[in-house]
Amino acid sequence: MIALMLRQFALVCVGLVICLPRADAQEAVAQFTAPGATPTSELTLRSTTDIAVLSPALQAFVTLYPGIRLNYEQWGSNALYADSLGACMGDTRAADAVFSSGVHQMVDLVNRFCAEPYISGLTAGLPKARRWRDELWGVTKEAAVVIYNTDLVPLDDAPRTRFDLLDLMRRKSATYSGKIATYDIEESGLGYLFAFMDSQQATTFGGLLEGFSRVDAVATCCSAEIISGVDSGQYLLAYNVLGSYLDFASFPRVGVIYPQDYTLFLSRAYMIPKTAENPQNAALLLDFLLSGPGQAILADSNLVQRDSADETGLEQSIQRYISIDPTLLVAMDRQRRLLFEDNWRTTFDRAERP
Amino acid sequence: MTRILRGGPRTLLARVMIGVLSLLALGGVVVAIATFEYGRSAARQSFDRLLVGAAQDIAESISISDGAPLVDLPVSAFSLLSLAADDRIFYAVHETDGSLLTGYEGFDLRGVVQQDLTQPAFFDGRMQQEPARFVTVARPFAERAYSGRIFVTVGQTLRARSALALDLTTRALMLTGAVGIVLLVSAFLVIRSAMRPLEGLTAELSRRDPYDLTPMPTGGPAEMAVMVQAMNRFMFRLDRQVGAMKNLISDTAHQLRTPVAAIRAQAELALEDDEDNRAQRLQRMVRRTRSLGTLLDQMLSRALVIHRTENAAPKPVDLRDIALGVFESVEDDPDAQVQLSIGDQPVMVMADEISMGEAVKNMLANALRHGVAPVVIGVSGVGAHSEIWVQDAGGGPPADVLTTMGRRFERSAASKGNSAGLGLSIVRAVTEAFDGQMHMGQVAEGFRVTLTFPADTEGDAV
Repeated sequence: MIALMLRQFALVCVGLVICLPRADAQEAVAQFTAPGATPTSELTLRSTTDIAVLSPALQAFVTLYPGIRLNYEQWGSNALYADSLGACMGDTRAADAVFSSGVHQMVDLVNRFCAEPYISGLTAGLPKARRWRDELWGVTKEAAVVIYNTDLVPLDDAPRTRFDLLDLMRRKSATYSGKIATYDIEESGLGYLFAFMDSQQATTFGGLLEGFSRVDAVATCCSAEIISGVDSGQYLLAYNVLGSYLDFASFPRVGVIYPQDYTLFLSRAYMIPKTAENPQNAALLLDFLLSGPGQAILADSNLVQRDSADETGLEQSIQRYISIDPTLLVAMDRQRRLLFEDNWRTTFDRAERP
Repeated sequence: MTRILRGGPRTLLARVMIGVLSLLALGGVVVAIATFEYGRSAARQSFDRLLVGAAQDIAESISISDGAPLVDLPVSAFSLLSLAADDRIFYAVHETDGSLLTGYEGFDLRGVVQQDLTQPAFFDGRMQQEPARFVTVARPFAERAYSGRIFVTVGQTLRARSALALDLTTRALMLTGAVGIVLLVSAFLVIRSAMRPLEGLTAELSRRDPYDLTPMPTGGPAEMAVMVQAMNRFMFRLDRQVGAMKNLISDTAHQLRTPVAAIRAQAELALEDDEDNRAQRLQRMVRRTRSLGTLLDQMLSRALVIHRTENAAPKPVDLRDIALGVFESVEDDPDAQVQLSIGDQPVMVMADEISMGEAVKNMLANALRHGVAPVVIGVSGVGAHSEIWVQDAGGGPPADVLTTMGRRFERSAASKGNSAGLGLSIVRAVTEAFDGQMHMGQVAEGFRVTLTFPADTEGDAV
């Protein structure tokens, strides 16, 4: 009940303060304060998450801590990485907290000594795969899913696994030509991460690339674009879409598949930069997001996948977490990335970009 | 243990335990230092292996493509490094000319390249502020398209190493501590059980009546047995001396009562009697007094002898000196016809000269009083035995007297005012004190009393 009220507050406030994107890399900014409060300190949060998705949690936070004014900046993951690295070197003003889906980039930042350690009961309670060095914490749990247009794709065609998808692309390459979308890994840090993890998980990745090539798959930039594309019928099917961005109310014709061979799970990483001006506020926000109420609000916002197998059909054994650990540094490697992107580009060269 | 707390002198157990404790503490410190060193080197070794494994893994992944080296960075290398879960990682791949192929910048390769890199080169350094350990391996290429060495450097911060070192050290120390405690407890038990006879003795001694001079039980370890035996000997001697003193007092009382009563009776009679008889009475009194004096002399002499035989350590004595001394003491007496029979060889025994002299004097006195002149004092050495003897020309005392001779309570002798019995008891006491034997018997020349002692052969040599 309280959560619901908070949510209403949040929507009102967000409506009031959302501004237009500025000229630099940030895509949007917003300010959160508790109603009627006079904040005494600031908290600047830079994140790749859409403002609308995260605002209920943030509004609940400022309501709990009325002394804090929360400045939210929404960034693209690659831009956010570059900005954080610059701040770490002292070139730009650092945020108080960075919250990104580009987990490999965050691991690199921590490895470059850009983060401030913090330990509390809640951070210590996180599983090993969701915390590194007490400087980086995985706050959310979001699945990479396959979505399809329920009107245009017959139920028999809807792929349950990656093998089904491979078969589909072979059998009906003409039908699906130019109708399959996925993230452009050169533009989206998250897309690269998913593709990289796929290449780690199974040999199906090679086959997938080949399949994408055969059906002239489309590599495009953003979650919202892909989802609305599938809903409108521009794409019949999209691979590796972040499930948390799906708003079923707005997109009634979109069906979701959790691949049954394995489903990747992403945990957005939260970091307090070494040069943060208000690290104590950032720690408060972290503890709030990890707390029971915080996680409940994130779950309502679809950012924390609830463990109900009947809804997703997911067994524990096929859930693959993108573990927050130094092996992700490989994804950041210059040469490795060049090789990977070369490979990718060859596949999508023939694909037409919208 | 309660005695330790009570202050005063520390118990033996406490002393030994303090010693053991200090030894263990010293050993513990040494072990702790060794353990710490061991933990550090073990942690270093095991994590150095991870580091070099990762570096070689990366080196293996390098291939030459279109004349240029290409690093297909393996995830396995980083999985290896991730075994140190919380440590930051540095990696850099350099070409022969020092240009960075891939990885992190900011590493100065010059110091490393000069080394012979057939073996991995380890070195300590820093990763930003944190101390770190690095390794560089070189992979040589000799291809048509590319020739030279590629250097792979991998580094890692030291958190996991320190944690492992600490863990190893802590475990080893805990084990050492446990062993130490076990040792301490067993040392305590062993020492206490070793000390238990001593405690028993201590308890027995403190329980003991100070007048109780009976021997203590001589159980327990050898060292203690010696001590207890020494103590028992001491108590035995004390007991004998106390007994001797008691005897002296009771003898004195017993033997003096009759002569003193007789003298008093003579004196009273002399007072009451006629003038004519008075001189005769006084004569008797004088005789009685003289006899009393002799008795007193002998009693004191006996006390002296007993005291000396108990307290004076035996020394080598030439029996001829004794015989000569006794002979000289009676030489001037006109009543005594005494001859001396000694040889020119020393006749040595282990004895006390004064006691021996007293004994022979008494033998001589008895011979003069009861025997038939002439009286001879003689000394002879017969093999392993040394003899000193007094002989008279008579037939000796009657057989029934012989059997009772030498006992202390020779009532008849004392009451008659003579002191043959007392004298003989002195002789017997001295004889026994120096492992000798007394023999009385008839010889061709008359009656002879012989004292036989083991010869002191060492004394001959002197």
